[in-house]
Amino acid sequence: MSAALDTHGKAHDGHDDHGDHGHHTPTGFMRWVTTTNHKDIGTMYLWFSFAMFLFGGAMAMIIRAELFQPGMQIVTPEFFNSMTTYHGLVMVFGAIMPAFVGFANWQIPMMIGAPDMAFPRMNNWSFWLLPPAAILLVASFLVPGGGAGVGWTMYAPLTTQMGPGMDLTIFAVHILGMSSIMGSINIITTILNLRAPGMTLMKMPLFVWTWLITAYLLVASMPVLAGAVTMTLTDRHFGTSFFNAAGGGDPVLYQHIFWFFGHPEVYIIAIPAFGVVSQVIPAFSRKPLFGYASMVYATSSIAILSFMVWAHHMYVVGMPVAGQLYFMYATMLIAVPTGVKVFNWVATMWKGSLTFETPMLFALGFLFLFTLGGFTGLVLAMTVVDVQLQDTYYVVAHFHYVMVAGALFSAFAGVYFWFPKWTGKMYDETLGKWHFWLSIIFFNVTFFVQHFLGLAGMPRRIPDYALQFTEFNQISSIGAFGFGLSQVFFLYIIIKAIRSGEKAPQLPWDGADTLEWTHLPTPAPYHTFENPPTVK
Amino acid sequence: MSAADAIVNANRLLLRKLLVVSVLMFGFAFALVPFYEKICEVAGLRDIFRSDEVAAKNTQVDMSRSVLVEFDSNTQRLAWTFRPLALGLAAHPGAVMQVEYEVRNTLDRPVTGQAVPSYGPQRAAQYFRKLECFCFQQQTLAPGEVRRMPVVFVIDPDLPKDIGTITLSYTFFEVAGTQKRPG
Ligand code: HEM
Ligand SMILES: [Cu+2]
Repeated sequence: MSAALDTHGKAHDGHDDHGDHGHHTPTGFMRWVTTTNHKDIGTMYLWFSFAMFLFGGAMAMIIRAELFQPGMQIVTPEFFNSMTTYHGLVMVFGAIMPAFVGFANWQIPMMIGAPDMAFPRMNNWSFWLLPPAAILLVASFLVPGGGAGVGWTMYAPLTTQMGPGMDLTIFAVHILGMSSIMGSINIITTILNLRAPGMTLMKMPLFVWTWLITAYLLVASMPVLAGAVTMTLTDRHFGTSFFNAAGGGDPVLYQHIFWFFGHPEVYIIAIPAFGVVSQVIPAFSRKPLFGYASMVYATSSIAILSFMVWAHHMYVVGMPVAGQLYFMYATMLIAVPTGVKVFNWVATMWKGSLTFETPMLFALGFLFLFTLGGFTGLVLAMTVVDVQLQDTYYVVAHFHYVMVAGALFSAFAGVYFWFPKWTGKMYDETLGKWHFWLSIIFFNVTFFVQHFLGLAGMPRRIPDYALQFTEFNQISSIGAFGFGLSQVFFLYIIIKAIRSGEKAPQLPWDGADTLEWTHLPTPAPYHTFENPPTVK
Repeated sequence: MSAADAIVNANRLLLRKLLVVSVLMFGFAFALVPFYEKICEVAGLRDIFRSDEVAAKNTQVDMSRSVLVEFDSNTQRLAWTFRPLALGLAAHPGAVMQVEYEVRNTLDRPVTGQAVPSYGPQRAAQYFRKLECFCFQQQTLAPGEVRRMPVVFVIDPDLPKDIGTITLSYTFFEVAGTQKRPG
């Protein structure tokens, strides 16, 4: 992040020092447009995802403000529906996924001893596809009919009936998908071909392993989503009937195709988060990761299984009982490798000399709350229970435990952990701890009560509700406003640290032992590992 | 060949392989369409356009109760007028009943439509057996043509006792791709 806010001049020096380029280096804005440096691109990914996080967060605030009271107060029902839709799309595709790609760009080359990504120019493209996609999403609010109110799952047949905002959204999804696929190809190639001598696969830091697996998941599943939205597009405009019952199609088919992508997608979000936590917990326990090999195998089996459980999102479409039972047991099977991982993290801490700086606090928050979200996932996996809970606030609570307290907290842990390496500055530890405690308390105030709302039958994606749900909704909304403000506070902490943070020591975390800490100065120079290190 | 060239070549090869995988997975999404249809056919799902079979035991008429059947009709982006000739009727479970719907093509071109039935409450669907229905085929109407079309049905006597009213609702859709473009 340093380079983005640091005086531009300093970053250029780094560039110009390196006189062997022989051509003129662009300055100012053009430097960022044309950069092929993995650190610059990582920085841009992280800032982009933070901007999207605030944008998606603002929409969440509108949702929670409307739900503060029963009845319609602030927005129209149509606008409310588009808020839930774009909140989901922006958070998943705009905030969480690019954030972890940002980590991948910064960390993977440094962790495996490579000078840069395998395809630096494609890397630049992967990033610069994102802003146009974001613009398309915003633009869909401005066309007649407004934003699409179909939910982030974009189910047919509703999607075939929406205005032109739907088309813009479909194009945005296409572009986001292309960006992810290019990014993944880059990551796989970098990891497989550019490791330093001696860095065998089973010596790679776990973060690198999790990204290798995630990138394969992306290459295999993003094109399926592209197929699903392409079919929606041709149904809308070119007279096909993939999802149109009258023409011989079937809307349920859409759900199958979508969730064939959709369940791997939840692991695309979760697995890099596992990777960050697997670096942070050993560093602050001052012990190597417990069960490294079993972590690799567990993560791989989660990835493979994730392609075989998709219809647990569709128990109520009228599937035969045999199908429901298969998807129920297959889903529950995923809990086994996930449990292996959780126990390994706990065992890593066992008898370690623990300290609780901000990155460790967020990693522990992840560990507790992600596990809780996994448990509610198991509850939902039971087909008889899900028939009752499908599309209620219980599901909303479940996936926010795994995505916010899981993926997002892990991203916070990663930012605090690597911030000194990226910028050469330290953040304010007291403020970081405040950020953690505010986040975890307000998170639970917001989402814990939603379990009760869901169990009591409050449906999701509605702007109004029955009177008996009022109190819990008010608690949830207050928590949400607090959580939102805590994230603005995070922005303040980061800017303050970049502007006036203390100089970071060479090794701020004495338990950290990956290449970027042991072989590189702090902050990491603009070009690293042009001559690969030798790993013993 | 230098070591650097070897890496560049290895990278390009992997890039090409992974691109092929992405393109294949895009195709896979479309391959799911016929696959899904086959599964539904084999599993006997999605047979709304077929006549229901009435088991022999169901021919017993249950005179002890009658169910109110209401008829509803809609069109979706299709300029036809479409209505049932009766708004509702009382039927004994097990008795064979017949109703008629009337449809008129108000356009000056031939149009093909397909009606899709739905039921309220939803769980009544499995007890509502249609022996004959205009929804089993696509209907093509000449410009201005009016057509009366029957529905013959039996309500299964196993219908749960708490269902006293069933709404049968049809929606006519234009079958995409069949309209003749002028010129
Ligand atoms: C690992 C990270 C995970 C993420 C990011 C995640 C995300 C989500 C999301 C977004 C939904 C909402 C689907 C909708 O639109 O209705 C959902 C539903 C569901 N999740 Fe997860 N999930 C995760 C883990 C799990 C686990 C570990 C399980 C079970 C072992 C699970 C089981 C389910 C089930 C059964 C549903 C369907 C609920 C319904 O539609 O009624 N999930 N999840
Ligand atoms: Cu799933």
